[in-house]
Amino acid sequence: MMTKSKSRSWLFVVPYVLLFITFIIIPIVAALYLSLTYFNLVNFPSWLALSNYIRLLTNDPEFMTYVLPNTIKFALIVGPGGYMLGFFLAWSLSQVTPKARTIMAIVIYSPSLTAGVAMAVLWRIIFAGDQSGYLNAFLLNLSLIQEPIQWLQSPEHLMNIMIIVSLWSSMGVGFLAMLAGILNIDQELYEAAYIDGMKSRFQEIFYITIPSMKPQMLFGAVMAIVNTFNVGGIGVALSGTNPTPQYAGQLIVNHIEDYGFIRFEMGYAAAISVVLLVIVYFFSRLSWRLFGERRHSK
Amino acid sequence: MRRFQGRKMNPTYFHPGQIKFYLYLIPICLFMGLPIIFIFFHAFKPLDELFAFPPRFFVINPTLINFRNLFERTSVTGIPMSRYLFNSLLASAIMVLLSLLIGSMAAFALSKLKFKFKSLLFEINTIALMFVGIAVMVPRYLVIQNVGLLDSFFAHIVPLLAIPVGLFLLKQFIDQVPDQLIEAARIDGASDLYIYWKVILPLIKPALATVAILAFQTIWNNVETSNLYVNTDSKKTLAFYMATLTTQTGNTVAGQGMAAASSLIIFLPNLILFIIMQSKVMDTMSHSGIK
Repeated sequence: MMTKSKSRSWLFVVPYVLLFITFIIIPIVAALYLSLTYFNLVNFPSWLALSNYIRLLTNDPEFMTYVLPNTIKFALIVGPGGYMLGFFLAWSLSQVTPKARTIMAIVIYSPSLTAGVAMAVLWRIIFAGDQSGYLNAFLLNLSLIQEPIQWLQSPEHLMNIMIIVSLWSSMGVGFLAMLAGILNIDQELYEAAYIDGMKSRFQEIFYITIPSMKPQMLFGAVMAIVNTFNVGGIGVALSGTNPTPQYAGQLIVNHIEDYGFIRFEMGYAAAISVVLLVIVYFFSRLSWRLFGERRHSK
Repeated sequence: MRRFQGRKMNPTYFHPGQIKFYLYLIPICLFMGLPIIFIFFHAFKPLDELFAFPPRFFVINPTLINFRNLFERTSVTGIPMSRYLFNSLLASAIMVLLSLLIGSMAAFALSKLKFKFKSLLFEINTIALMFVGIAVMVPRYLVIQNVGLLDSFFAHIVPLLAIPVGLFLLKQFIDQVPDQLIEAARIDGASDLYIYWKVILPLIKPALATVAILAFQTIWNNVETSNLYVNTDSKKTLAFYMATLTTQTGNTVAGQGMAAASSLIIFLPNLILFIIMQSKVMDTMSHSGIK
């Protein structure tokens, strides 16, 4: 028989669950529903079945030629790239004395506080296209370039700048978790392994460090994936236009915004959202397979 | 064993073997830190230095003129900067308090109480760690419209109050609190509410500090809400206003200095909070693993 206090326990979760359902679950479900309709905010959604998805895959040249390849390129470099860099930096920091480590960890973490989009102002000043732009002046001064370069307006540079800026600001919570994870590994494990004949730091990393901190590795991976897609608006913020010049920096998030809030084709935008959520889910499953200790249902 | 001591993780003293790490860590730190130092210098540059040719990284005659311009300027619709700053501060304060309360209550129940669907709830929340809010901006708009938050000040706060990462970190941290402590309190006749308030909350301060930082950042840096869900200028926030500074002023003389000054205003609170609480954050992060 349940005691009185037990029967009221669930009250503690009610506020969180209500907010969670309203602003996380319902939007996901609504995205699924809307993706099967035509909806322009004014008229009631009209049923289209799968035609939004068919249109996305067969009849959206921008999506197939620019947005999807851009997103894959950006996500692969910033996601796994940023993740590995984060682990490497965390591991390196764990090899130095605490005071130096704390200072350097703060320096490495602080760019993630600048939150991509809001800080785009700063990048626009550094990458300004005329000769008084900071990067241009610097390179002109060293005679590495002859003419100022339109960094943010030229299709061949925009994507690279987006990747650099995103990597720069990607050492966030996941990085801290991995650092804490490495520092918490029992020193005796290493000691014992060296007595057993472990020879190199490489062996150390793969036989001791990573296996001992799988939970943090998984947390870091999930944070890296989420961060990668959350900073997806950076191209528009940097270049100041949506779509970005010749779609060079167009990522899937910008495509959603373009259709949802510029063209008001909400149904179609929702279909793109669903595709994005599926991509994120797929990557997360992958990390779960790599680092998860037990299988999670769904 | 001597070799092991030289290679020790988390070393307590300096050893020449550590020099190689500094050899690349210091340049990386310089690269990471340069843009941030640049914000500092840029914000204090007088007009002639902002547009000096060739441009200079360092400031020579630091001035507060950019900050004064920023505070005196009003938006096209006549809203002064102080209004945006006030909105941001108020929204962040409410957000931090409410999200800590809601998150820690739920985390306490998930960790120490028994009720139906408890483990299912935690599983769903763990999956939601990977939720990318920006992906559902369209349906979120409809939800915000339907609950009557569209174009209201609380549109900044309410949709973001449930933070899956926050609940996750709090729950993992509360798991470390020994059950005996709670049993003892219960034998003394303490109610769940009393245990939550008097036993749990004081013990999980590091996790509360961490989640407070996360919650603060979510709102303080948020531009989307002002962009998409709030129309009235006087209800928008500082981060949004800052993003408009260079576009509205066409990156002109005054605009750039003010943009740098406001970048600094946006960035500094984040940094200061983190520096003050960094040991608590690291403490929390050591329990952050997904098992």
